[in-house]
Formats: sequence, structure tokens, C-alpha cells
Amino acid sequence: MSKVIVVTSGKGGVGKTTTSASFAAGLAGRGHRTVVIDFDIGLRNLDLVMGCERRVVYDFVNVINEEASLKQALIRDKVDNNLYILPASQTRDKDALTQDKVGKVIGELRENFDYIVCDSPAGIEKGALMAMFFADEALVVTNPEISSVRDSDRILGMLAAKSLRAIEGEEPIKEHLVVTRYSPERVNMGEMLSLDDIRELLGIDLIGVIPESEDVLQASNSGVPVIRNERSKSGQAYQDMVARFLGEEVPMRFLEVEKKGFLSRIFGA
Amino acid sequence: MKETETAGVAQSRRQRTSAVELKGTVFTLPVLKLHSTDLAAIEHELKVHLARGLNFFQHAPLVIDLAAVEEQAVELDFAAMGEMLRRLQLFTVGVRDAGPHLAEKAVAAGLAVLKGGVTTKKVAEKSVEELPVATEVSPRRTRIVRHPVRSGQQIYAKGGDLIVLSSVNVGAEVIADGNIHVYGTLRGRAFAGVTEDTGARIFAQSMEPELAAIAGNYQVFDEPVSPSLRGKPAQIYLEGEQLVVAPL
Repeated sequence: MSKVIVVTSGKGGVGKTTTSASFAAGLAGRGHRTVVIDFDIGLRNLDLVMGCERRVVYDFVNVINEEASLKQALIRDKVDNNLYILPASQTRDKDALTQDKVGKVIGELRENFDYIVCDSPAGIEKGALMAMFFADEALVVTNPEISSVRDSDRILGMLAAKSLRAIEGEEPIKEHLVVTRYSPERVNMGEMLSLDDIRELLGIDLIGVIPESEDVLQASNSGVPVIRNERSKSGQAYQDMVARFLGEEVPMRFLEVEKKGFLSRIFGA
Repeated sequence: MKETETAGVAQSRRQRTSAVELKGTVFTLPVLKLHSTDLAAIEHELKVHLARGLNFFQHAPLVIDLAAVEEQAVELDFAAMGEMLRRLQLFTVGVRDAGPHLAEKAVAAGLAVLKGGVTTKKVAEKSVEELPVATEVSPRRTRIVRHPVRSGQQIYAKGGDLIVLSSVNVGAEVIADGNIHVYGTLRGRAFAGVTEDTGARIFAQSMEPELAAIAGNYQVFDEPVSPSLRGKPAQIYLEGEQLVVAPL
């Protein structure tokens, strides 16, 4: 049974595309046929983060308008045969998307893939609503600060009300909280919201905490999802998150301020 | 029942030396016009009327109008009728428009005989107005919400109270014609008693609203509630035109 997972947040710039890329790469790395779709028509980013921006011939809008087939538009990842990317159009805009047409594409993808990851644009307008409409599960990406939490709360309300599952009275979308750019030092200083605060405000289960890291910027610059950087704490945290999504019990890491050992204090980090 | 006192009665209020005083006084009395002498049928119909709230007539002295049943009334058992009416807590003072035979019977049964009386249309109309209309009193509905009310959502409990079995988040709005009960943290906006119910209240396990209003009187909470109340169960009610936040 294929699953459609939307990666959404409401707030912009919190790490949706970073998470979509690493999440999809992680699932594919575990042997599952995975496709990640960029729903941010006109402001495409996923192709950059996935390192395939120079291989885009056809895009999502071309497929919707039947100007190209899915096969022509899907880009296969260089590293992993299980992973495909459906990029967004850069020249068109969100009006090209309609529920029926998007539904048709999702339907076709369901026949060929185990996991369909929808990278949502920011906001609560058509693009975001379209990305969440066909979802079975949702990763709600939140930074530990209050405007992000409020926007995530808004998005959670919409997931519960404006999805196909909600409208048809089926089992609701399963919601997972992903806290990104987490800094235990700043939490301790009271600058950032703690995990308990976020959980209390949003009331959904935590599936992953991704620490703030310079590796993320490097990863998007080099076009390699950060999960593939084994030495990166963020990469490792994404690995843990994928494992939890697939049902494994994995304790949360990187939640405490790291105590530097004597030697590393002398010789630097 | 209206009482129009004559000057005489007014005078009688002042103390007198004699034991009694007879004064002419005008009273307006309800008239029960009979269209049948079937006591069982009359009793049944009166019961129906009383059940519907026709208590305008209850405990008032009734005058029985026999004009329509003059012929049959010859067989009417006045004593039984009096008893039946008493059972229904209707008190009869007398009869009117009774021919000489009926008058005799009435007197024998201890009823007075009234002459004349003007059925003023006005009074009749007023009595109709005063009759409580048998309305479908809709039971006050309570709306229960089991999920957190999220930012941007708006819940309106029409015709009753609202109970939220979770929290109301910042940017959410909960509205009720009656009271609002939040079994969680109230962080958003709450509007209780929106249909002019000044007695409506807002209850929360932790009272941290952005804005609260009762029957249109509102208050923003740019300063959070006092430390003694923060995080504790509290209520908000209206005192005059001021909202009061008090611990529970």
C-alpha cells in the first residue's frame, strides 16, 4: 500500500525542503521506491537541494497539463535507483494546479511507488492546500520559536479539516512533529522554546528533533541531502527520524548541550 | 385580574369603628362559557388548557356563563360541576346569564348569580396576550469539542454552552450563546453569552486568553493574568460592565 506524506509547516524557511529531501533519501536508502514532489510552483528549490537542477527537462505542471508523461518528467537520483524527483515548474504559477489533475498524477504515482513525499510550499494558500490534500500522513516541521509554532498550529487545523480524508470522513491524516534547527544551548538560555513547550502547544507526537547545524547549508550548496552526511549530527538525526517513521524505537539524540571532553577543549571541537 | 377601586373602597382603608363595611367595587372576572353540559368533556378540555399553561385562570374566581347551554343546563349537576372545578383548582363565584330556573339551582348549590357584566373586548384581547404561548422550549444544547481548537479555527455553540475537552490555542476563537468551559488552557479568544446573556461565564483550567468577552463586554489581556491566577483554574464573569477574573 503506497503512502502519501506531506511535509508542511505554514511558516516559511523552517526546513521543509531540507526535511523532504533527507526524508525521501532516507526511505529510498532503506530499499523503498520513493518519489519526492516539489509543490512550490514558481519558486522551486527541491531540485537544488537534491542536486538535479541541471537535469530538469519536464516538470510537474507539464505532467498535469499532459504536455509530458510522468516517465519523462521524473528525474532519477544519481546515487540511489529507488529515489525519484518530480520538480516544480519555475515559469508557471500555482493556478496551474487543480484538485482533479493533481489527484490523477498522485494516483498514477501510487501505482509505482511505496512512498510519495510532497514538499509543500509555505503558507496556507492553494499550493500548500494542494500539497496536503491527498496526504495519508504529515510531517509538520517546526522551529522552536513561537511564530513557527503558531503557524504550525494553523496548518494542523487545516490538515484536520481541508484534506480529502477529512472531507470524506475517513481516518484522519496521521500527524508527526519534526522540530528543526534545535539548539539545546539556546533552549537552556530561555531563548528558544523547549520540546515540552512545543508539545504542549501543538499536542502531536514528536518524530524527530534535528539540531541546528552548518552542515545543512553545506548540503544544500552541494546538492546532497544532509542525511547522506554520516558525520553530520543533523544527518544522523534524520536517519533516526526515518527509522522511527518505519516503526523502529529509536531514542532521541542531540537534545542536551554537549559536554566537551578535556582533550577536545584543548584541541578544539 | 384587575381591580378598580371606587373612592369608597379607598376610604374604607381608614379605620372604622363598625365591624363591616359594604362598598360597591368593580372587579374584572374571567368568564368560563360553557358549550356543553358534559362534565367529563369539560373537565378534559380544562385539563388540556391548564397543561398548556392557561394559568391565567387558575386561582381566579370564575364566573360560569350558561347562555349557550340554557336548555341542557336544567339537568346540570351544579354541585358536581363545582367539585370538578375545585379539583382543577378553579374557584367558581357564580353564574351569569342564567334564566330563573338555573338561577335557583345555582343558588341551591351555593353559587352567586351575577347579572350583566360587560365582556370588554380589550380585556379579552389582553387575556389572550397574557396566555403563555405553548412554545417548543428547545432544550439548551451543549456543544462538546474533543480536539484542540487550533489557530484560525472558530467554534460557535449556538443556543447553549460550549465545552472544549482540550486547549484553545492562540489565534483560535471559541464562541457560545451560553457559558464556555475549557478543560485545558485557554490561550485564544473567548466570547460567552453572545446573545445578551450577561450571566454567562468563561471557565478554564488555565486562563491565559488573548481576549475575553461576555455579552459584548470585552477585555484584551495584553498583560497576562496576575501570577496568583496564572496556570490555575479560573473563571471570568461580568460584574456590571467589568469583566472579573477569579480563581475557581
